[in-house]
Amino acid sequence: MTRANPAAEAVRATAQTVDSGTPPQPAIPPLDVDAIRKDFPILSRLLPGGRPLIYLDSGNSSQKPVQVINVMREHLEEHYANVGRALHTLGSESTDAYESARDKVAEFIGAPARDEVVFTKNASEAINLVARSFRGRSEPAAGFGDERFRLGPGDEVLISEMEHHSNIVPWQMLCERTGATLRWFGVTDEGRLDIGDLDELLNERTKIVSLTLQSNVLGTVNSISPIARRARQTGSLLMLDASQGVPHMPVDVVETGADFVAFTGHKMLGPTGIGVLWGRAELLDAMPPFLGGGEMIETVSMEGSTYAPVPAKFEAGTPPIVEAIGLGAAVDYLSAVGMPSIKQYEQELTRYALDALQDVPTLRIIGPSNPISRGGTLSFVLGDIHPHDVGQILDDEFGIAVRVGHHCARPLHRRFGIPATTRASLYLYNTRDEIDALVRGLHHVRTIFG
Amino acid sequence: MIAESMYQELILEHYKHPQGRGLREPYDAEVHHVNPTCGDEVTMRVRLTEGGKVDDMSYDGQGCSISQASASVLHELTAGQSVAESLVLIEEFTRLLQGRGKVEADEAVLGDAVAFAGVAKYPARVKCALLSWMAFKDAVARAG
Repeated sequence: MTRANPAAEAVRATAQTVDSGTPPQPAIPPLDVDAIRKDFPILSRLLPGGRPLIYLDSGNSSQKPVQVINVMREHLEEHYANVGRALHTLGSESTDAYESARDKVAEFIGAPARDEVVFTKNASEAINLVARSFRGRSEPAAGFGDERFRLGPGDEVLISEMEHHSNIVPWQMLCERTGATLRWFGVTDEGRLDIGDLDELLNERTKIVSLTLQSNVLGTVNSISPIARRARQTGSLLMLDASQGVPHMPVDVVETGADFVAFTGHKMLGPTGIGVLWGRAELLDAMPPFLGGGEMIETVSMEGSTYAPVPAKFEAGTPPIVEAIGLGAAVDYLSAVGMPSIKQYEQELTRYALDALQDVPTLRIIGPSNPISRGGTLSFVLGDIHPHDVGQILDDEFGIAVRVGHHCARPLHRRFGIPATTRASLYLYNTRDEIDALVRGLHHVRTIFG
Repeated sequence: MIAESMYQELILEHYKHPQGRGLREPYDAEVHHVNPTCGDEVTMRVRLTEGGKVDDMSYDGQGCSISQASASVLHELTAGQSVAESLVLIEEFTRLLQGRGKVEADEAVLGDAVAFAGVAKYPARVKCALLSWMAFKDAVARAG
């Protein structure tokens, strides 16, 4: 390269003068929110009465860009057929598109091999798949006797108090089925994972630890490395529920140190009905199949069956084909915008929102008040006013969509002594103006119920 | 705006100043009802007279303005009613709330409870309004 780029040179020069002790980091390009909003048709619709929509419920489910919608429509119009088994042209085009979605997801999360990406219905199914892979000590091994997936009385499963019900109930069911003991990390008053007793909670009896990467209520982004390090010492498996993480930050599954990572398509601009389980190949190979059916077999006779290699082993029946392809398009969209840019933008927006919400009297944030290691999920209580009343007024009078209730995290709400919260959750298409509108709406709610 | 049809002044008034709230003795039956979707709950006690009238309905619980106000209105309306009258009232209220906003309320039966007519247009909130009414029906059946 002979010709220098003057703008890049200037950036480098500035970076060096600001911090000469570390090598200059390439600046993360800012995100153009106005351009992004134009990609989401729903954001310009009007609600009854001609009110504009302010969508602050992406933690529940995200909206879809026209690029995802078009890819799905185009597939249905031009290429649709079943995958894997049809020899005709459409079958082959459909299979190519489905499998290329797997390639895209694998690259997006840094999976060492595409076969480590298993398509599921959603994150709940991905977690259940792993939980169901464990067998009780008295159950027949049936060819899958790997000691890492057998447990019984005296063994432990470790989760945390900040988990979504999806990452609690499957493990409760596993413990009921096998006699193992469920244990959990607590949560500090500030809404951080309490790992003060890490070495005691995560011990040689722990078969698996399953934790959220980012809390769907608190917004807390958990630091996984100390837990992964300890899990390696104790020989325990580590699973991450990254449903709220993968949509909002760059995630490299190998760097996390986890053995399994689950997430869902609809929270990351993709459609519903498609989720992902990433697992280390060697573990997926050792696990028994989850659901039996078509496509997951090698041979079937009336006396018994043998199973296909991963990922097919875990994808029984006709999969959500168009949904997987839509998820691939969502990954393309997120990659084009750039996950570092999305993370940076959301962090600025979260900082702004945390400040703005402080202006509302009697409002108490449930979760870290500091935007460091925290995503744009803002749950709060507003004096004694019930969240259902808050959400109703925000929706009806301001066109603001938030979620109210316990957000499928009842134990966490009990931890904070409250039955429910109001939750605003941000994504790449939200703006400061929308946060200002939220604050105005909350002031109004107080005048009605105060 | 639409919500104004739900948050009637009368509802907000009962929410801010609930009538008859707090559990009292003596009572013939006590029930506890929960709305699992939102966690609203009510504990209700009913005391009947020998002549089959509602002597006292006392309650405590937590929930949104709609659920709290509807318990308060119920307390006012059922005071001194015969059990038969109170069941007619509950039936009419249930018909109104489950009518998806398309049912004409019978004001002669419902009295102040017609203020909840707007809630019927919000399927997610119908259970909030009905919570204490269903608890009352249950309690009366157990007391009788």
